[in-house]
Amino acid sequence: MSQAMNPPVLRVKNLSKAYGGVQAVSDVSFEVAAGELLALIGPNGAGKTTCFNMLNGQIAADAGGIEFEGRPVRGLKPREIWRLGVGRTFQITATFSSMTVRENVQTALLSHHRRLGSLFSIATRQHVEEADALLARVGMREQAERACGVLAYGDLKRVELAVALANRPRLLLMDEPTAGMAPRERNELMQLAAELARGSNIAVLFTEHDMDVVFSRTPTASSCWPAAN
Amino acid sequence: MTASAILIQFLNGLASASSLFMVAAGLSLIFGVTRIVNFAHGSLYMLGLYLSYSLFELLGGGPLGFWGGVIAAALIVAVFGALVEVLLLRRIYHAPELLQLLATFALGLIVKDVALWVWGPEDLLGPRAPGLAGAVEIAGRRFPEYDLFLIAIGPLVLGALWLLLTRTRWGTLVRAATEDREMAGALGVNQRWLFTGVFALGSLLAGLGGALQLPREPAQLFLDLSVISDAFVVVVVGGLGSIGGAFLAALLIAEIKSFCIGLGDVTLFGAVFSFSKLTLVVEFIVMAVVLVLRPWGLLGRAPAVARSSGAVEPPLVLPSPKLRLAGLAMLAALVLLPAVFSGYTLILMIDIMIFALFSVSLFFIMGPGGMHSFGHAAYFGLGAYGAGLLALKGGVPMELALALGPLCAAIGALAFGWFCVRLSGVYLAMLTLAFSQIAWSIVFQWDAFTGGSNGLVGIWPAAWLASKEAYYYLALSGCGLGVFALWRILYSPFGYALRAGRDSPLRADAIGIDVRTLQWAGFTLAGLAAGLAGALYAFSKGSISPETLSVPRSVDGLVMVLLGGIQSLTGPVWGAIVFTWLQDVVAREIDYWRAVLGAIILLLVLAFPGGLAGALGRLATRLSGGKAAPGAAT
Repeated sequence: MSQAMNPPVLRVKNLSKAYGGVQAVSDVSFEVAAGELLALIGPNGAGKTTCFNMLNGQIAADAGGIEFEGRPVRGLKPREIWRLGVGRTFQITATFSSMTVRENVQTALLSHHRRLGSLFSIATRQHVEEADALLARVGMREQAERACGVLAYGDLKRVELAVALANRPRLLLMDEPTAGMAPRERNELMQLAAELARGSNIAVLFTEHDMDVVFSRTPTASSCWPAAN
Repeated sequence: MTASAILIQFLNGLASASSLFMVAAGLSLIFGVTRIVNFAHGSLYMLGLYLSYSLFELLGGGPLGFWGGVIAAALIVAVFGALVEVLLLRRIYHAPELLQLLATFALGLIVKDVALWVWGPEDLLGPRAPGLAGAVEIAGRRFPEYDLFLIAIGPLVLGALWLLLTRTRWGTLVRAATEDREMAGALGVNQRWLFTGVFALGSLLAGLGGALQLPREPAQLFLDLSVISDAFVVVVVGGLGSIGGAFLAALLIAEIKSFCIGLGDVTLFGAVFSFSKLTLVVEFIVMAVVLVLRPWGLLGRAPAVARSSGAVEPPLVLPSPKLRLAGLAMLAALVLLPAVFSGYTLILMIDIMIFALFSVSLFFIMGPGGMHSFGHAAYFGLGAYGAGLLALKGGVPMELALALGPLCAAIGALAFGWFCVRLSGVYLAMLTLAFSQIAWSIVFQWDAFTGGSNGLVGIWPAAWLASKEAYYYLALSGCGLGVFALWRILYSPFGYALRAGRDSPLRADAIGIDVRTLQWAGFTLAGLAAGLAGALYAFSKGSISPETLSVPRSVDGLVMVLLGGIQSLTGPVWGAIVFTWLQDVVAREIDYWRAVLGAIILLLVLAFPGGLAGALGRLATRLSGGKAAPGAAT
């Protein structure tokens, strides 16, 4: 367990979830502080993604508490949790394939600035600089004009990260950020996550099944629990 | 109702359920394995009925003529189905599913005209079944022997199908492919022959269902559409791909219909309520209720998530200065048109503009919104009837009625849309169909208010808009603004959010987008635009009939959008132009215009699977020496 100096951004207490008779997550507790990079580790099937999906409201927890900045968020919808300042990436990337890289980020920015109801402004002319700054941060600035549908997998992960950062989150959830990536890409991405955590004082929680990634790239802290029974 | 009347109605329902089940089971099997929604399935049923009629005479009547004819008709339809699969569907399995739907619809048009050519327009009533021509006494009432036979044949077919699917290797493969087509393919199942076989079996069932109706109902040309909508309802209520569900749903719907007929006019709280009139709409009400409560049907299961999310659409690009100039030039040409042309050309142009708006409004929810609507005509019709009724019965000035008509449509879309956005895919399409059918049947049956099947007459524009030229400019400005507004909205943050919800609902939700509410708003906007088209239509024609909101009108809209191509903003306009013009020209010049139209659609689908606009765009880039547009659908 980490010895966080700051008050925790995310506090998870005795979180549990069962699918039928299978206890996917049982009695999980941990905390993440601002500027901290924390890994949820465990082999495939351990319940990492289930845990993640409960944190951002995608599935309902059976029991336990989730607090974001001291506020209970269990039972809120994903979009409500996002509005509070929680960004996330998915294990299998989820991006808008009919949009360019920049438009993906712009859509997130438009949502963040609550301008999605606008009917007659031109979406691609909004928040261009902000979007490009985010893309530069994840190293995708040069590919801003490319269609998301034709990107390489590693690049999609970067786009997702930029999208997840659009609402200036205080907590970033990254589900298996390095899955399916080449070793060099992995290192770069985790380096980036570490920089984000420290540089922007974001609490970063990520899942990882590869111990190499965890121990080479997360000097801050790591946490794990036994796999489901 | 007395106990004996209830029993008889119950038996009537059972007898009607059998054919319904066979058609629906065939449709369900075909969809389950090939993922093709076979719009021509009703045509196969109709073909079976006509064939058995002719074969009865050809085989010299008698028991051989009847029973031999029924079996031969079903077999011929099966062979026809196999041919269709091999010659047509095999070429388009990788096309977008809506294009497959369009192709089978075109096939249906051709079959209809072939039937017209061979059997003529008159209803043909078949002979009674030899050996089963009499009636038996049940609870003091006479009940046809043939209906008892039909009651037995439904469960027999169900049993045979069950044995086939669970006890044979072929059946196991069919079930495997229904469960997970990609996995079955990966395990080395020869999909080609499996697909052909399933299509032939499905066709056989449809043909048999039709042929067995020979003594009960006359062969008629409108059967294809009425049967297909019944079969859709049964399949959706039962659960896509579930044979048992189809049987249950067929029973349920046939029984409810039968009891509605049996109840007739009932006095409830002093008012006469006609249950027999409900038969036109009751199955759609059942479907709507089932879809809202159990979105995957009675015995259906949530579909497996598709691993490939279909064709990737290229990003939306703002029109280049050149394209804007071309647009302005076209607008100028439209403004100047009345100076050169008059009379009939103007009328045709008004039609084309109205349907262009209708088509773009449907595209708005189908393309960027990702909501496939089979009932968009409801909003066109609500706009038309809203405006017409306000002007005729409300005494509202025409200008105001024209403005309020679309609002009626928007209110309708707001109400129906709330239910529709809770579903997706085929289920959503079916619910939209159900709502449009409900709207249609209300208009069709409410004689006192809507004029019933005769419709409304005398809906004329105000005096200053009465000349064709004036009305042309009204239609041009109304439709032009409507189309422009919808296009413009697609470039707006709202439009982007709509596409975001279609591309990845998961991601959209994770960046704060309330996808359902957004889709609901989009659905309502599209309803408003379709309503404007409808209101303009009502005043341009002077009269409207329930056809303005019937299923064929919805299908027209689908054809326009798909013909033009769903991945391009201008596609639906081109589709509307080509379709409206073709329908007008071909229908005037050629008796068998449906077949010609169907053949043209088939050719276009086979030649340009990406739609007309996609093909034109590729041609333009090739001519200008540029690279092909990325991500165009193939």
